[in-house]
Amino acid sequence: MISGRTLGQGASLEAKTSPEFFKAVSFCALSEEDYDALGISGEGNVLVRNEFGEIVVSAKKDEGLPPGVIFIPMGPWANAVVGRKTGGCGTPQFKGEKVEVEGTKMPVMEIRELFADMKKQGGGRS
Amino acid sequence: MIIEGGIVYDPINGVLGEEMDVSIEDGRVVEESRDGEKIDARGMLVLPGGVDAHAHIAGAKVNTGRIMRPEDGRRGTEARTKLLRPSTGYTVPNCYAIGYRYARLGYTCAFEAATPILEARHTHEELEEIPIVDKGALTLFGNNWEVLECVRDGDLEKLAAFVAWGLRASRGYGVKVVNPGGGEAWGFGGNVKGIDDPVPNFGVTAREIIRYLMRANEALRLPHSVHLHTNNLGKPGNYETTLATLRAVEDIASSRDRQVLHVTHMQFSAYGGTGWRDFESKAPEISDYFNKHDQFTMDMGQLIFGSATTMTADAPLEYGNARLLKAKWSNHDIELEESSGVVPLVYGRKNPINAIQWAIGLELALLTEDPWQMIMTTDHPNGGPFVNYPEVVALLMSRSKREKELATLHDLASKRSSLPSIEREMDWNEVAIVTRAGPARILGLAEKGHLGVGADGDVSIYDVNPEKVDPSKEHEEVKAALAGAKYTIKGGEVVVRDGEVVAVPQGRTYWVDASVPEDAEARVKADLVEKFAKYYSIQMSNYMVQDAYVTRPRVIRAGVI
Amino acid sequence: MIIEDVLCPFCGCLCDDIKVEVEEGKVVGVKRACRLGSSKIRGHERIRAPMVRRDGELFETTYDEAYDRAARILKGAKRPLLYGWCSTVCETAKKGILLAEEVGGVIDSTATVCHGPSIIGIEEKGLSGSTLGQVKNRADLIIFWGANPAEAHPRHTMRYSSNSTGMFTPEGRRGRKVIVVDVRKTRTAKNADKFILIRPGTDYEVISALRMIVKGKGDLIPETVAGVNKADLEEAAGMMKAAKFGSILFGLGMTHSRGRYKNVDNALSLVADLNGFTKFVVMAMRGHYNVAGFGQVCAWETGYPMAVDLSRGAPYFNPGETAACDLLGRREADAMMVVAADPASNFPRETVEAMAEIPVIQVDPFPNPTTFLADVVIPTAVCGIEAEGTAYRMDGLSLRMKKVIDSGLPTDEEVVENILDRVRRLADDN
Repeated sequence: MISGRTLGQGASLEAKTSPEFFKAVSFCALSEEDYDALGISGEGNVLVRNEFGEIVVSAKKDEGLPPGVIFIPMGPWANAVVGRKTGGCGTPQFKGEKVEVEGTKMPVMEIRELFADMKKQGGGRS
Repeated sequence: MIIEGGIVYDPINGVLGEEMDVSIEDGRVVEESRDGEKIDARGMLVLPGGVDAHAHIAGAKVNTGRIMRPEDGRRGTEARTKLLRPSTGYTVPNCYAIGYRYARLGYTCAFEAATPILEARHTHEELEEIPIVDKGALTLFGNNWEVLECVRDGDLEKLAAFVAWGLRASRGYGVKVVNPGGGEAWGFGGNVKGIDDPVPNFGVTAREIIRYLMRANEALRLPHSVHLHTNNLGKPGNYETTLATLRAVEDIASSRDRQVLHVTHMQFSAYGGTGWRDFESKAPEISDYFNKHDQFTMDMGQLIFGSATTMTADAPLEYGNARLLKAKWSNHDIELEESSGVVPLVYGRKNPINAIQWAIGLELALLTEDPWQMIMTTDHPNGGPFVNYPEVVALLMSRSKREKELATLHDLASKRSSLPSIEREMDWNEVAIVTRAGPARILGLAEKGHLGVGADGDVSIYDVNPEKVDPSKEHEEVKAALAGAKYTIKGGEVVVRDGEVVAVPQGRTYWVDASVPEDAEARVKADLVEKFAKYYSIQMSNYMVQDAYVTRPRVIRAGVI
Repeated sequence: MIIEDVLCPFCGCLCDDIKVEVEEGKVVGVKRACRLGSSKIRGHERIRAPMVRRDGELFETTYDEAYDRAARILKGAKRPLLYGWCSTVCETAKKGILLAEEVGGVIDSTATVCHGPSIIGIEEKGLSGSTLGQVKNRADLIIFWGANPAEAHPRHTMRYSSNSTGMFTPEGRRGRKVIVVDVRKTRTAKNADKFILIRPGTDYEVISALRMIVKGKGDLIPETVAGVNKADLEEAAGMMKAAKFGSILFGLGMTHSRGRYKNVDNALSLVADLNGFTKFVVMAMRGHYNVAGFGQVCAWETGYPMAVDLSRGAPYFNPGETAACDLLGRREADAMMVVAADPASNFPRETVEAMAEIPVIQVDPFPNPTTFLADVVIPTAVCGIEAEGTAYRMDGLSLRMKKVIDSGLPTDEEVVENILDRVRRLADDN
C-alpha cells in the first residue's frame, strides 16, 4: 500500500470536514488486473487491512499502477493501516506497508465517524 | 558610568597603557560622568570592545552547517537560565551562543563576512537573533551577472549604481568579492584558474572584476574597501595569484582614509609548492609585499587545531575539500549571484599540511610590521571557532608559547615555514590594534575600536595587570584572562561580569545607504526588471530586504552625490 | 483592488507572483495560482470561535479563557509536545520554541512525518543543492524521484523545472530531458522522456546500482535490479553523465518507503559522485509552504532542525526518540499543542489514538480532524492572506508573505505569545 498526495487531496487539505475532502481521500486505487480479480462491481468498496488496522474505502481503477500495489491518498483513511513505529528516525513508514484487500458491502466511514469514539476515554481532562 | 583606574590601551587616541578613568553616558564615551555606576578597574587591562571584521555567523551557509552537523551542536551545550537562552555548538553555535560567547571574550561587534543579496533576508533573520553585539553583513558581488555584464560593457557608472542598489537590497555594509568569476563558472561545475582566466559565457576576467568593483567602491566612497577572498584560495602555490592580484590593483587609490583593498583570511592565500607534497609557507613573501605597500590590509585566518566547519562562497574549493577529505559536503548555488559550500573537517597537529597552515597564519601576523595592516581572525569557523581568539593572542604575545606548540606539531611546520626564527612578540598596544582599533578602522566604523569622546561606550576589562604580568612568560594567565572578561560593557551597560553574561541588550545592525545619480540608477533598474522577468525565480518586488528584518539599523550614508 | 506579487501559502513552491483581487475586505479573485493555492486563498470553512471541551463536547468560549486553559494544560504537563509549525510563518515558530523552553517541552514539526528522513540524510552526507532559479536557468536534465509535482506542486514544472526557461535553457522543455522514477505511473511520469518503474521499497537498491554504473562498475550488477532492467539503468546513468547540469528532485516516495533516510543518504551520495563528472544538484520537494522555514528557525535558535527536547533546559535532539510520533507512540507525551498542522489526519491511526488520550490544544484557522480530538481550539488569521511574515521556499530561500485582507483574528504568533505570557504568570504565581 502506497499513500501519497493528489491534487484533489491538496485542494481540500485545509477543508478536511468538507465533502470534497471525503471524496478526494477515501478511495483506493488498484491496477486493472487487481480490480478485476477482486470482482468489484461498479462503485464498489474494498476492505483494506493488516496488522495495524482495517478500513473501508471505495475502489477505483488506475492504469498507472502495477499489479500488487494499491494507492490511497494521504489522510486518515490511509493511516488506518500504517504502523506507529518509526524505525529510529522519527518517521513512520507511510509507503509500502503490506495489506490485504477484499471486496466488501460495508460502507465507507465519514470523517467524523472515523474519530467518533476516540476522544471518549481520554478527553476533557486538563 | 565611570571605569576607574584601569590601565588603558586606546591606540587610535594614542593611549599606551595609561592609568586613567573612562566615562560613559547615554551609551557613549564622555569627558566626565558625574553620576552612575562606578567600576573599579584598578590593576586591570582596559580596552575598547573587540571588533571582529570577518566571521561567518549568520545566514544560509551557517545554518546549513548547523543542520548537517548535529554532532557539533552537542559540543557546546549550555542550558538556559532565567536570563539566557540555551547554547549549542562549537564551530557552528546557535545564534544565542554567538552573542554570549563574543561578549564573554570582550567583543562587542562582529561582521558576517559573506551574504548573497538573494538570501540576505535570511542573514538578517539570524543577525536579529544574535544578542548583545552590534553587527553587519558584507554583500557578495564578485559573481553577480549584473556585475559581470557591467564589467564586460566597461560601464563603471552603472556598476557603481548597482553596488549601491545591491547594498540597499541586502541591507549590506560592504563589497565582498569571493573567487571572482569562479562562482559563476561553478554554475556548470567549472572554476577559473587565475586572475586572467576568462569566465565562461561572460568573457570577463577576475582581474577586471576586482578592478571594476574596487573603482566602483571608491567612486561610492564606501566606509569599507573591497573585501577580497582571492582566486585559487586554499591551493598550493597560490601566493603567486595573491601577489599578481595585488600588483594588478596597485594603481587604484582609496577615496577615504583607509586601505584600498582588504584581502581576507590571508593564511589560505599564502601557499607555496606545486602540490601538497612540497607544500610550504610563502608568508614571508606576502608580508614583505605588504610591508612595501601600505594601501593594502589583511586578516590572519589563523588555523586552530581541532574541529572546524569550512564554509565559503568559494564553492569549487569546498568541493575540492570534500573530495580530498572524503568529508560530508554541502553546496548551494544561488541563481544569478553566487555559489557556496560547507565541509566539516578536523585540523590535526600531526598533519603536515595543517601544521604548516598553522605556522603561516602566525608568520603573516608577525612578519607584517605594521599591525594596522594585519588584523586577527580565525575566519570563524573556517580556521576554527572565534572562541579561540585568546589562544591566538597568547601565541602572538609569546615566543615561548609558540615554541611549546611547535614541539607538538608535525616537524614540517618548522621546516617549511620561518616561524621558529621569528622573535617578535606583540605588546598590548599591538594586540589592541589587531583585535579592535585595526578592524574598526578597516571597516570604517568611526565609533568603534577606541575610547575617545563620542565613541560607543563599548569597553572590555580583563583581570590581567599589564604592568605586572609578562605575556611572554605568563601566556597561560593572559589566555585565561582574555577568555572570560572581568567586565564587558556594551553601550554603557555591563553585559558580562566575571566572565558571565549578566545582561542581554539587543545590538544594532550597520548597513550602508549610498546615493547615486538618478539616471544611473534608472539604467540599473531597467536591467534588473529584465533579469527578474527572464531569469530570477522570484518577483523583483519581493527581492529587497524589508525594514521588518532590520529592527535596529545604524545606517551609514555614502555615495557620489 | 488588485494586489500584485502575493505569495501563495500552500506548497513548498511558495509562488510569489499571485494576483489577488480584494473587494470590501474579501478575496474575490485569484489569478496565476494553481488549483491548490487558489482554493486556499479564496478561503473555505473556518473555525468560528475559540472552543473548549466540557463533558466531551466542544463549546464556544472567549479567547481569554482558551488561552488560560491552554496555559494550564501546558504548565501542568510533565512532557508537553508542541507540534506542527508548517503552515505558519517563522515568527510563530520563534515564539513556539521559546514557549517550549518555558514549559520544558519537546518541539517538533511536520517534517518528521514528511522530509525528516531527508534531513537525517543530510546529516550523514551533506546536500549539494541550489536555488530553484539555478535549475530554471541551467538544468538540461531533471529527475523526479518519488515525486509527483503534477499533483503535489502543480506550478513547479512551469516556474522552476522541466518546462521553465532561462539564460542557458531558452528552449524550455524541448531543450531538456526528464526522467521519472516511481512505483506507479503518475501524471508526472506520463510527461517524462524516460519512466523507470521500481518496486515499492527498492529505492536504495536502484540508487546503489546507478552509483555503480556511474563509477564504471556496472559489470558487477545483475541483469535486473528491483524489477528494472539493467539496460534502463545504464541508459539513465548515461543521461546523467552526459548532462551539463543535472538535478534530482525527490519526494516522499524516497522518505516514506523502506530505507527512509538511508535512501536519501544514498541519493545524496549519487549526486556527490556525479559531480566528479558533471554539475549535479539535488533537492527535496518540500510539501507545506513553510515546513522548510521551521527547520531553519529551529536550527539557528536551538542548533537542531526538528524534534528538539527542551525538558532539560538544553536542547537535545534525537529523532527516533524525540520526534512527535515516537513520543506519542510510547505514550510519553502527556499534553500536546498543535499549531498549523493536522496530526489526527496525518499520523498513523495507532499514534492518533495516543493523541486522543491526552489534552490537545489546537491553534489553526481551519477545522480538521485534530479539532475532533482537541480540548482547546483557538482560531487564527491565515498567514500569507490575513497575516504577514516570513516563509522559506523548498530550496531554502526566505521570502516575506503579505497580508492582503484583515480578518480581525489574532495571528498564530499572537496566540502563542498570549499563551506564553500566561504560562509565565502561572510560573510566577507558584
